[in-house]
Amino acid sequence: MTETNNTQEIIICRDVHKWFDHFHVLKGISLTVQKGEVVVIFGPSGSGKSTFIRCLNRLEEHQKGQIIVDGIELGNDIRNVEKIRQEVGMVFQQFNLFPHLTVIQNITLAPAWVKRVTKAQSHELAMQLLKRVGIPEQADKYPAQLSGGQQQRVAIARALAMQPRIMLFDEPTSALDPEMIKEVLDVMIELAKSGMTIVAVTHEMGFARAVANRMIFFDKGEIVEQGPPAQIFNDPQNDRTKLFLSQILHH
Amino acid sequence: MAAIDTVDMRPPQLAAGPLAWLRKNLFSTWYNILLTFLAVWLLYALLKPAIQWGTTEARWGVIEANLTLFMVGLYPRDQIGRVWLTIFILAALIGLSWGVWKNAARGFALIALSAGAAFAIIALLFRWNVWDEWLLAEAILLITSLVGRYLPRSSLILTFAWFLYFPLIFLLIGGTKYIATLPPVGMGLWGGLLLTLLLTIVGNFGALPLGILLALGRRSKLPIIRYFSIGYIEVIRGVPLVTILYTAAILLPLFLPIDVRPDLVIRAMIGFILFEAAYQAENVRGGLQAIDRGQYEAAHALGLNGAQTTLLIILPQALRAVIPALFNSFISLFKDTSLVAIIGLFDILRISRSILAQTDWLGTHREVFLFAFLIYWLFNLAFTYGSRRMEEALGVGKR
Repeated sequence: MTETNNTQEIIICRDVHKWFDHFHVLKGISLTVQKGEVVVIFGPSGSGKSTFIRCLNRLEEHQKGQIIVDGIELGNDIRNVEKIRQEVGMVFQQFNLFPHLTVIQNITLAPAWVKRVTKAQSHELAMQLLKRVGIPEQADKYPAQLSGGQQQRVAIARALAMQPRIMLFDEPTSALDPEMIKEVLDVMIELAKSGMTIVAVTHEMGFARAVANRMIFFDKGEIVEQGPPAQIFNDPQNDRTKLFLSQILHH
Repeated sequence: MAAIDTVDMRPPQLAAGPLAWLRKNLFSTWYNILLTFLAVWLLYALLKPAIQWGTTEARWGVIEANLTLFMVGLYPRDQIGRVWLTIFILAALIGLSWGVWKNAARGFALIALSAGAAFAIIALLFRWNVWDEWLLAEAILLITSLVGRYLPRSSLILTFAWFLYFPLIFLLIGGTKYIATLPPVGMGLWGGLLLTLLLTIVGNFGALPLGILLALGRRSKLPIIRYFSIGYIEVIRGVPLVTILYTAAILLPLFLPIDVRPDLVIRAMIGFILFEAAYQAENVRGGLQAIDRGQYEAAHALGLNGAQTTLLIILPQALRAVIPALFNSFISLFKDTSLVAIIGLFDILRISRSILAQTDWLGTHREVFLFAFLIYWLFNLAFTYGSRRMEEALGVGKR
């Protein structure tokens, strides 16, 4: 269990496979992420990148191989899974805020029920986080009263309230209007610079260029190519990478 | 670039008021005028005999003479103070709920308030000696609503008090041999509107938790629980209520040991709970299915376990979504309580029929049944209004 705690490797994936019925979505993904690293995963839709990131907190189950997060192997033991989920924050494409709760209740819910933090403490932390994402004045509104960009920033604050060691972003800006993308990216960039370990599925190449340590190109359930942004953008090795980059960068 | 003139425009002034409405909807063209007069004449021709009968022939004395019978059946007349006490406590609970939960309970509070006022006025007009009780109930409701404002909004004590109210009703109305001031009153004497309302409320509120469990069970991953829930729901829904009441009344005692033989009223209540649970389960299941998968994922990703996810995230949203359906079933059951007549209980409708047998009031069918009709209808109107207000107040954040 303590295999990784001495080293800096916070996520270790070894030959991870997954099938949806007979469809082979992940075909042997092996990957390690260092503590404090910012990894951007990109690739065409249907390439398995979302499925892969959702395996990291077991929203999807992998059927073969090994995933070790923060020294704990993900398996059928639900306690391990819940422990991992407390260490791993996740932000979704569709925000998935709880519509029946106010912004502040959305943020304080998990610390109060999962970590048993006192009301005063969780409230104070939530207000700090709302200031960090720039919308403390929205604390008592309901999600439906906020813009998409504001909702996504609340979702980030909600994930951060559990004080995770890793943050997963699953296409966080894909459902947003263009003028709201920047406000979310600014928060993510600030988070990356603060030393948080981040794995993000995104096509925001500006974000990747600014803060990613490593970019990984997924296609057809495999890692086709990976490297630092400078290398991926300026000197991609694989033809599929070149083609995909040319498609998303030239329009 | 062409300059665009952006003068702020006001919405066009539309004629308003009852006169404008009349002109627009009833007297806009010559044939509309003709149709309006025709309709008025038709209404008059149809209603004239009814009004004539109601104001001259009808013997409304039958209602006045039997009012207590309508309300509480054969409940001992010297013990009726206990029924009043349950009403006063109800007024206090409604008042507190209004103060604490504000808008969500406002509709029901307003109804209770206006109903109480109406009863007090009617009692005063007819010189019945119950007007002071109704005024007292009004005062209790208003005072407790003011008290409620100073209680914390999330107060669980109030929810708890509501739950406690139901056993308390049984204690107050049914009595116990251990308290000298509350001598036992056999359930065979409970009747009239009192019995109808008790069956409705116990049936519905007993069925809701069971229905929620069945709805969750039907979606469970464990096959035993899932198949049990499906089996239960489908069997109960496939059988008429009358059958279930007969089963509860006649067959249930055969399965129970001799010394455990619940009263007929209790058996009827159990029957209603078991019946209603199947329908409430399907209502709740509809709400559960409307919840986006992302809600489960977000809750799990935060580390909430299955029970926390269900109780804190899924059920609050699912139940809010099905408030109209839940109250629809509520109203249905309210009307279905009239079926208890066939197992020998005296609900308000059966009481009405028994009144017709009184020699003093032979031939007063129309008066008596109109009165019963009015009671059912007014209560349902009140439930509908209250639930709509509740739905609006709890709908915040949705949309």
